[in-house]
Amino acid sequence: MSEKSSKNKISLERIQQIREFSLIGFIIVLSIFVQFRNSNFLTMSNIDDLLTNTAILSILAVGMMMVIITRGIDLSIGATLALSGMVTSMTVSNYPSLHPLVALLIGIFIGLISGAIIGLLVAKFNILPIIATLGMMNVFRGITFLISGGKWVSAYQMSDSFKAISTGSILGINNLILIAIIIYLVFYYFINYTRTGRKIYAVGSSPESAKISGINVDRITWLVYSIMGGLAGLSGVLWVSKFASAQSNTASGYEMNVIAACVIGGVSIAGGEGKVTGLISGVLLYGILENALPMINVSPFWQNAIQGAVILIAVLVSALIKRRIGSSNKIRRED
Amino acid sequence: MKKFLISFMVLVSIFMLVGNVTAQEGKYAIIVKNAGNPYNEKEMDGFEKAINEIGGEVILKAPAEPTAESQIIMIEQLITQHVDAIAIAGNDPDALQPALKKAMSRGIKVLSLDSAVNAQSRMVHINQADPEQIGRVQIQAISEMIGGSGQIAVLSATSQAANQNTWIEWMKKELEKPEYDQIELVKVAYGDDLRDKSVSETEALLKSYPDLKGIIAPTTVAIAAAGKVLTDRGLQGEIELTGLGLPSEMAEYIKNGVCDWMYLWNPIDVGYLAGYAAEALVTEKITGNPGETFEAGRLGSKEVIQAGDGTEIMLGAPFRFDKENIDQWKDVY
Repeated sequence: MSEKSSKNKISLERIQQIREFSLIGFIIVLSIFVQFRNSNFLTMSNIDDLLTNTAILSILAVGMMMVIITRGIDLSIGATLALSGMVTSMTVSNYPSLHPLVALLIGIFIGLISGAIIGLLVAKFNILPIIATLGMMNVFRGITFLISGGKWVSAYQMSDSFKAISTGSILGINNLILIAIIIYLVFYYFINYTRTGRKIYAVGSSPESAKISGINVDRITWLVYSIMGGLAGLSGVLWVSKFASAQSNTASGYEMNVIAACVIGGVSIAGGEGKVTGLISGVLLYGILENALPMINVSPFWQNAIQGAVILIAVLVSALIKRRIGSSNKIRRED
Repeated sequence: MKKFLISFMVLVSIFMLVGNVTAQEGKYAIIVKNAGNPYNEKEMDGFEKAINEIGGEVILKAPAEPTAESQIIMIEQLITQHVDAIAIAGNDPDALQPALKKAMSRGIKVLSLDSAVNAQSRMVHINQADPEQIGRVQIQAISEMIGGSGQIAVLSATSQAANQNTWIEWMKKELEKPEYDQIELVKVAYGDDLRDKSVSETEALLKSYPDLKGIIAPTTVAIAAAGKVLTDRGLQGEIELTGLGLPSEMAEYIKNGVCDWMYLWNPIDVGYLAGYAAEALVTEKITGNPGETFEAGRLGSKEVIQAGDGTEIMLGAPFRFDKENIDQWKDVY
């Protein structure tokens, strides 16, 4: 038994590696192709733009990955982001001297509460994640409309220090990129090297076995949605700071981009599967698509089609790999 | 753009009824889309101003929610009050037809403004935006800003947006004039009215066309996103920006010099023109047929024109927002 599963493990790891490398290979080929079409693509300034524009997506993707690993999904993050962004920017417009860090904390706090409510619905009341988050998505959007009265908070109402959260830089690296890197380091450690992090995989691989082996499945489920909410709240502040505008419909539909980035990055919608390293390449590929497609002069209709096709290919590859592993083998992981 | 203005969640329900019995002539009513919306308030202000100038009695009505049902109730109320004219910004083009037809059959003059009701339910529509002028004026503006020569690009909403596409067509027609020989429209990019995409598209424009001199963004999200990108990169003065945007969103970028000026229609003028058109209908200076003209106060002479299967009165050139007036408008809408 142990021999067999270790053999499976090797082949699984190899396939995962092949997958990751093929994704990186694809990114390289794509980059060369784009560079050929527009020589400005691989310049420092464009790479800086690319990373800055992808930072918020990447932060959200970490949270989404954990949710998806537990066999869940969170459709409410766009709305959470908007709510946190709206509340924060309204606070900033009323108290312009507010320290940016406090603004960030307010946003994270609002996100955490939103996420905790969803976690409660999913974990304690056993509502299907897709239904719970769809419902809360509308609730959060509604609240955002209510508190803002349908009005926007515009650039002139925001203090310079607040806008500097996302335009400022440390050692030449934009704050958004820095925040994303920190988040990735923290969660890389959390997911791979802490007990709670490993339990997330256990819950996703087999909730029943996890329960039997003494893992508090409800608590883990609640935790991942809370973390997701907190990250969405953080992203909300970064978003309104970056674009210097908060609308009630901010980031409407953005959850789909995040889910897509996760799927490209090898996170299985069926749960139990997904790695931070894979996620980085997924997010990067998504970011490159967003950045490069406008630069190579393809028609706007093709832009969407190409994006969709890439996502589809990623899912297909993932499905093929699954088939090769065989349905009977549950995915095993270790440190 | 209009989507934003229809705020679904209105806390206050104000049924405003400002009676201003000053003169002998006529009761003029206006029904806007909903209360609590600064844009609608300005339309009512303009209407009230026009009616005061005429010397009529004005009735201002705003439903709590932007629904056709609430407007129908108000129309019924106005019919029983025997008003002379109803100007309405319709929440639905067709649903109001029975109520408005009933009003017309009682001799009440009905016109729509801002958001049209169908041609059978109105005598004339006040159109805030003449697509031809909107398209042309933006080319004229960018040409003036960049000194009449250089590359320009358009950053629009979605590629299927009907309004924007019509304006862009008129921009292209204006560009055919010989005085714009030196101006080259290099690309029409689409930001889909999304912040993130509009920013990416602006950045791509800057990189793909290093000689780019100006950007026209005929939609609020795009012009604000472009304003933000140009501000962050310190490109004010090097790349010019104009287009159509909400004053509140653009105040920052107009004041910091990234966008010298931009356009949008003025809701006060929309209401004001509606007021004079209502008076012209009541006094039977016009009946809503194409070719008729009337004097609309400070706006001068206006003509009724054919539009689709109905008739319209065009407000005319869009309103220009610049450093001088942006402060008084940024809090309005």
